[in-house]
Amino acid sequence: MEQTTEYAPVFTGDNRKRLDEVLARYPAKRAGLLAALWMVQEQHGWVSDEAMAETADVLGLTPSYIKGVVTFYTMYHQHPVGKTFVQVCTTTPCNICGAEEVVEAFLEHTGCGDLGATSPDGKFTVIEVECLGACGFATPVMMNEDVIENVTPEKVPDLVKQYS
Amino acid sequence: MGYPHKPHEKETVILSEYFGDAEARSYDGWVKRGGYKALKASLEMQPAEVVEIVKSSGLRGRGGAGFPTGVKWSFMPKEKSKPHYLCCNADEAEPGTFKDREIMRWTPHALIEGCAIAQYAIQAEITYIYIRGEFTEPLRIMQAALDDAYGNGVLGDNAMGSGRRLDMYIHRGAGAYICGEETALMNSIEGQRGNPRIRPPFPAASGVFGMPTTINNVETLAAVPHIINRGPEWYKSLSLNNEKSCGTKLFSVSGHVQRPGNYEVTMGFPLGELINDLCGGMRQGRTLKACIPGGSSVPILNREETESCLLDYEGCVEMGTMLGSGGVIVFDDSADMVYQTMRLARFYAHESCAQCTQCREGTGWTVRILERILAGQGEPKDLDLLLDLADQMTGKTICVLSDSCAAVVISTIKRFRNEFEAYMAGTREPGVVAAGVG
Ligand SMILES: Cc1cc2nc3c(=O)[nH]c(=O)nc-3n(C[C@H](O)[C@H](O)[C@H](O)COP(=O)(O)O)c2cc1C
Ligand code: FES
Repeated sequence: MEQTTEYAPVFTGDNRKRLDEVLARYPAKRAGLLAALWMVQEQHGWVSDEAMAETADVLGLTPSYIKGVVTFYTMYHQHPVGKTFVQVCTTTPCNICGAEEVVEAFLEHTGCGDLGATSPDGKFTVIEVECLGACGFATPVMMNEDVIENVTPEKVPDLVKQYS
Repeated sequence: MGYPHKPHEKETVILSEYFGDAEARSYDGWVKRGGYKALKASLEMQPAEVVEIVKSSGLRGRGGAGFPTGVKWSFMPKEKSKPHYLCCNADEAEPGTFKDREIMRWTPHALIEGCAIAQYAIQAEITYIYIRGEFTEPLRIMQAALDDAYGNGVLGDNAMGSGRRLDMYIHRGAGAYICGEETALMNSIEGQRGNPRIRPPFPAASGVFGMPTTINNVETLAAVPHIINRGPEWYKSLSLNNEKSCGTKLFSVSGHVQRPGNYEVTMGFPLGELINDLCGGMRQGRTLKACIPGGSSVPILNREETESCLLDYEGCVEMGTMLGSGGVIVFDDSADMVYQTMRLARFYAHESCAQCTQCREGTGWTVRILERILAGQGEPKDLDLLLDLADQMTGKTICVLSDSCAAVVISTIKRFRNEFEAYMAGTREPGVVAAGVG
């Protein structure tokens, strides 16, 4: 992905302090990696090659090691995504309660069209996700950091409006 | 909404007593409800005494394997020569399971208290609570409760005035079912890919950071304060079927019932009553077809088996399945078992860490065969191929993710073979298989 603006480092000022607090909890610096990557994503919305290089530098690891970790965990974005990232659970317990129709409704109302694609206005990206640990509240949907329970296709237009 | 629901008269409400009671979330509210008495009492005992109490209570791990908790704790070195660690497994990602989420949302201090007691018993200086990345609300509530516990001297350098240091931190995951497997969880805490480790060495000898470590599930740890307060005999007496299974268990019920949600019952409670009485039975006009009683990784039951299954470790084994994590997934007659088998296989294929060939290749191949059958292009020999493949995926890998995928396939073909055959014979509309991402 091309970067149009210059990369803004993450681990300066308050963030550096936050990271140091995290590192103090572990006997090894590497253990702070997941938390560091969360901080990166919080600031930039995704984890770019530049961010991996910075994180590698700060934790004394190599960029390739970091890439290995980033690609393992599904919640770290390896590309920019829409302003609201929508994850609809479609694993069996939700699937049998109509989760795939909820996915369809999101694809339609956000204008994303396809799974994983970002809407033309840049506002949404919709994906299917595996079990969110809320199976009794089918269908749970994550919209950025919020988990919304009992979503039905009828509720989707309002949700899309709310997060636009 | 499953919560807050008024407990059903057949429930035995212990862990879930304060579900729905937001005041129980604060330190003061928790203390008012009798909280932290068990920790105080434990800190006045020798660590070995605490282990003994938990051992004699009969408590078994609620994360899936049902290993006796006190016995697990007793594997930790008695003579301390290195740091010890406790890891609390709050990765809860087994499809059908959502009980740990509720414990953390409503009674965060119950978990902190349970962790602190366990941590003291195994002589660990630090507990890491590993919370899955998607649990944003439980994470916020747990963090606030931890800050509250530190602020009130429950944790820190003089825990409850005992002169001991107890530290507890949250480690946030980032999306990976496999990190719920205990050795993958330890790698993830260490900042690595969440690949399971080969055992031995076992965690009690060499766990996180190469140090003696105990890993326990959220529900297991949350039960500990009650055992300390009310005694191991009381806990042991909570048993309806087999004395080897005791205490209460939270069952997360999902799928086609009237009232999905978490229900707490005494071990040995009949699965049929859970579905029909507590959950209000099936959706209007529908009938029960199948049930997975212990999270997606355990064999599926047909209607008759479901109706006679008793919910404890032994009762489930008697029916050819397992209690697992207590995630009860209920299917009515509208469910397409072939499609859902494919969907579960897709889950395992997506979540395989890909270290072992049998799992990496086997889960994906299973999905492709099932998709072919669903598209109406299956051949009679495909069922044998699926079963042969499942056999090759069982007992051959570092962890049991592969076995779980195989169990789904084997048990569904065994009970619902006619549905597979209908696709093959072309007497069933080919299903439209939506493409998943990843
Ligand atoms: C693939 C896989 C996923 C697992 N996921 C979880 C989980 O999310 N939560 C959990 O407590 N145990 C999980 N387990 C079981 C753990 O490995 C471990 O047995 C458990 O946390 C031990 O705690 P307990 O003795 O208190 O049950 C999983 C196991 C496997 C093989
Ligand atoms: S299957 Fe959808 S939240 Fe568990």
